[in-house]
Amino acid sequence: MPKITIDGKEIEFKQGQTIIQAAEDNGIEIPHFCYHPKLSISGNCRICLVEVERMPKLVIACATIASEGMVVHTNSEKTIAARNAVMEFILINHPLDCPICDEAGECKLQDYAYQHSIGESRFVEEKVHKDKRVQLGPHVMFDGERCISCSRCIRFCDEVAKDSELTFVKRGDKVTITTFPGEQLDNPYSLNVVDICPVGALTNSDFRFKARVWDMSRTNSICYGCSRGCNIEIWVRNNEILRLTPRHNEEVNSYWMCDHGRLNTFKFVNASDRIDSPQLRVDGSLQTVNWDEAFSFVSNKLKQFSKNEIAVIGSPYATCEDNYLVSKFAKTVLGTNNVDFIRHLDPSFADDILRTEEISPNSRGAELVGVTPTKNGLALSEIIKAIKEGKIKAIYLVEDDLLSYDPSLEESLEKLDLFVIHTTNFNASCKFANVVFPAATYAEKNGTFVNIQGRVQRIRPAVATTELDRSLDGMSLSRLDKFGTEFDRWAQGKKYDAKSTWKILTNLSAYFGQKYKYQTSEDVFIDITKNISEFNGLDYESIGLLGKELSLEKVKI
Amino acid sequence: MTQVNNSLKKRKKDLTFWQKIYIPEIIKGLSITMKNMLRPKFTMEYPEEKFIPPASYRGRPVLVMEQNGDERCVACGLCSRVCPALAIEVQAAETEREKERYPEKFEINMLRCIFCGLCEEVCPEEAIVMSKDYELAFTNRDDAIYGKDKLLIPVNQLQDRIEFLRKYK
Repeated sequence: MPKITIDGKEIEFKQGQTIIQAAEDNGIEIPHFCYHPKLSISGNCRICLVEVERMPKLVIACATIASEGMVVHTNSEKTIAARNAVMEFILINHPLDCPICDEAGECKLQDYAYQHSIGESRFVEEKVHKDKRVQLGPHVMFDGERCISCSRCIRFCDEVAKDSELTFVKRGDKVTITTFPGEQLDNPYSLNVVDICPVGALTNSDFRFKARVWDMSRTNSICYGCSRGCNIEIWVRNNEILRLTPRHNEEVNSYWMCDHGRLNTFKFVNASDRIDSPQLRVDGSLQTVNWDEAFSFVSNKLKQFSKNEIAVIGSPYATCEDNYLVSKFAKTVLGTNNVDFIRHLDPSFADDILRTEEISPNSRGAELVGVTPTKNGLALSEIIKAIKEGKIKAIYLVEDDLLSYDPSLEESLEKLDLFVIHTTNFNASCKFANVVFPAATYAEKNGTFVNIQGRVQRIRPAVATTELDRSLDGMSLSRLDKFGTEFDRWAQGKKYDAKSTWKILTNLSAYFGQKYKYQTSEDVFIDITKNISEFNGLDYESIGLLGKELSLEKVKI
Repeated sequence: MTQVNNSLKKRKKDLTFWQKIYIPEIIKGLSITMKNMLRPKFTMEYPEEKFIPPASYRGRPVLVMEQNGDERCVACGLCSRVCPALAIEVQAAETEREKERYPEKFEINMLRCIFCGLCEEVCPEEAIVMSKDYELAFTNRDDAIYGKDKLLIPVNQLQDRIEFLRKYK
């Protein structure tokens, strides 16, 4: 491999790499604004100037191809002087409004101003004024004065979202960004421009002014929106999710995620229709009961039916652990083979970037861990038919909505003898449920999802339920979480009395005389790895932050 | 040890007759008392009469209210971040004003506040300053949390402190 020397350190690089890429691969950071590993090279910010021996002038590290024997200095006197000068130029027209800017705390310009700037401005003239608060699209707000014209957002739309919507207009210090006439920044990936914007010029309308970045905790998780399973971070303050951002995983989503996943998959966690404790139907209306009452009611009722009168429906929204117990509970405790789950498909949602047709995160997982009919068991369509014919008298539905899936079931669901639901929020089916168990959302539990590529990835609790304690259960903590007490209003975020489905089923099985020894979801997962061959040899640690591909045939994506 | 014993013995011997009868010593002491009674008073008849502290005094932190009734604060959250006692909670929101951010909620928990003045020092807008108000007594925890209604003080009442800050900060 060819070698290059950066700051006296000899490093190897791949032919064709630029200096900045070679440095990045070896842990040397060269400051940059316009360079992004997944976008084309633009070379307009000039902050990555470095000194290369035997070259007459400084060169930009992002656009200079590394070659054998090159000697690069990133911290020489000349480089530092050039960097300071570039910073000074950029800051000439950049408003000093960090206090009102949402990017503060995660702003590249702010960080570099501390690291690479002289700290004073010699510019006494009036700064250039441009349009502020321009709504570029349904989700993105633009502040022209803050923009440093790095063109990352323009290149993102052209190259990644494949939908050219943004462009530069005007020249020199008047240059600004706008949408093409008649166009809006409304591609399904538009909010990624907010993440890649190195300053606060592009902000997320949904998150604007909600919280300071340093007040939130962040938890590594997986997007819930479709079966791609984009890696995300969940940002939480006071036990409330405020935003989701993509997390880099080259195998799955690179640096991106779609707007649907970012905006529509977390609000239900703190919505007003969350179920807060077990509900039992008494005299026609659902009433709050404690867990023991609900468990003994359900177990007594279920014992009255014969195997063939019961159907159990798992969920592609629940984790592998949850579905594994659904299958185990149905097949060993209830003894029924009528086990299946509802597939949620929406061909119009799919595209050839990230979105998939399957709009649930874990249908492959549900399938793999055994939520499928066995022997003479009924599949979903047959279960629905049997419900209508009155052959199925009891339904155990986990984290899904049967009535919305098939509205023609309305009359038959009403006639059921027993209808038990695990759900996070009230849904249409709850209208006919005898018992509703509050299920923890994907942001409140540990577990695994298997995405469309057959990759098993972990979710972690970001929001605490009543049975979780942020520090004792190893959840990520913000400064406010660490020091808040019960007397602080900023530490009294609502905690729901909900449990993971695997835990509800473990507890319920005890009422049938079956004692599962699961304490944590990892115990369940270890059981899965022992019993399901595809999962052999895995554990939570080896899945880690980026997931592990299961040993199965690759499906076509 | 021996020294102490010696001095004790010595003292008994050393007392003169006048000292032993005590009366002149009482007169001496009372004369000091009388002298001080005629000197000017330093104590105040609090709460009838109130102490007005100098500009350098750090009383409870307050928010500056501009002449037009708007708060100066832009809800940047730096005071909340720097507060070593985590007394300050700020919730920002958007406004139509030129500075597009304002505090929808601004609460200081006076039971947490330690009057260090770091919030005032870090404020980029000169929007939170230490006042001269030291009368802080509560009968329950909720009363001790001051919202915007109690925190906003017209700028002309705070001129003293603002001038002090401009001079020494």
